[in-house]
Amino acid sequence: MKIVKEAIAGTLESSDVLVKVAPSDGTLEVVVTSEVEHQFGAQIRAVVDETLIRLGISEGIVLVEDKGALDCTLRARVQTAVLRGGAVKTLDWSAL
Amino acid sequence: MTTSTKLRRSMLFLPGSNAAMLSTAFVFKPDSIMFDLEDAVSLREKDSARLLVFHALKLRNYRDMETVVRINPLSTPFGLLDLEAAVRAGVDVVRLPKTDTAEDVHALEREVERIERECGRDVGSTKLMAAIESASGVINAVAIATASPRLIGIALAGFDYVMDMQTERGDGTELFYARCAVLHAARYAKIDAFDVVFSDVNDDEGFLKEVELIKRLGFNGKSLINPRQIEQLHNAFAPTQEEVDYSRRVVAAAELGERQGLGVVSLNGKMIDAPVIQHARVVLQRAQASGVRR
Repeated sequence: MKIVKEAIAGTLESSDVLVKVAPSDGTLEVVVTSEVEHQFGAQIRAVVDETLIRLGISEGIVLVEDKGALDCTLRARVQTAVLRGGAVKTLDWSAL
Repeated sequence: MTTSTKLRRSMLFLPGSNAAMLSTAFVFKPDSIMFDLEDAVSLREKDSARLLVFHALKLRNYRDMETVVRINPLSTPFGLLDLEAAVRAGVDVVRLPKTDTAEDVHALEREVERIERECGRDVGSTKLMAAIESASGVINAVAIATASPRLIGIALAGFDYVMDMQTERGDGTELFYARCAVLHAARYAKIDAFDVVFSDVNDDEGFLKEVELIKRLGFNGKSLINPRQIEQLHNAFAPTQEEVDYSRRVVAAAELGERQGLGVVSLNGKMIDAPVIQHARVVLQRAQASGVRR
């Protein structure tokens, strides 16, 4: 899957996360900011990376602004942003 | 079909798009948590709410609370995708809104079975409930309630129903026939019956009055939109100390009779038959779940 347009998912409310994606010129850039970065930054990044790999994303810009989201919320928001930005018509449930 | 012994007094509605509520709802301990993908979610957030609920369900931190997902009607572009997400994530019960006929349940059942086979889930493990929200649904309540062995209950949804009946919510008179029809259909089918939400969360007196009415009618429980209503509802459904004491004596007498091989048991000169024993067990179950009424 390829990110072909800018897209956004999630909110900046507590326990949520805002994810923005955009196309890039062949590289993958992931930027994570979090209120709990000191304790959970590595974990957040690992979840984002794993989610992108499962979706087959190897290029694009992914900005993650975390407000204390659980892993399940993080996965859902990254997937929603990527699916919106990838203009996907049919879902592969096994990749979610 | 057999009468359920699972307690379903409180079914808490959660907007499927609200990450914070999905993360913390289990602390309120309703009997059932219902993730709403229908009316509580705006059209532009249907996709994000579906994935949020999908992953929240997979987390499985709802312990012994039953999980329910209210999907969009299958006639919309969202319904089938909602169903895929709910069944694949392992939801306990799918709630179908706007159920007008038995065929609505049959159509849902066909899709659920297909998804169960595709994702490797045991066929038949996804339970269903149908929400009746129109005059047509009320008229067809018996056919709907008996449409599938997967059905664990039917629910009356008040807002759409009163709109269809060209009236509005009031003191309950406007719902009387529908409540009785839905309840009788559920009892005939030996499944549970759930009453409407009480939307004025600041009117405790009105809420408790309505709870008392639906409890006396025989409903198993009520759909709720505010966690604050859970404890009030559970307390109203809790038995009194006298009811608990009597139920203990009934169950003890029944167990003694069983050990002695007696077909009929009596307590204080009164015959105790199966329905009395079953009711006593439900009373003790409610007492165990939420104590004695305060």
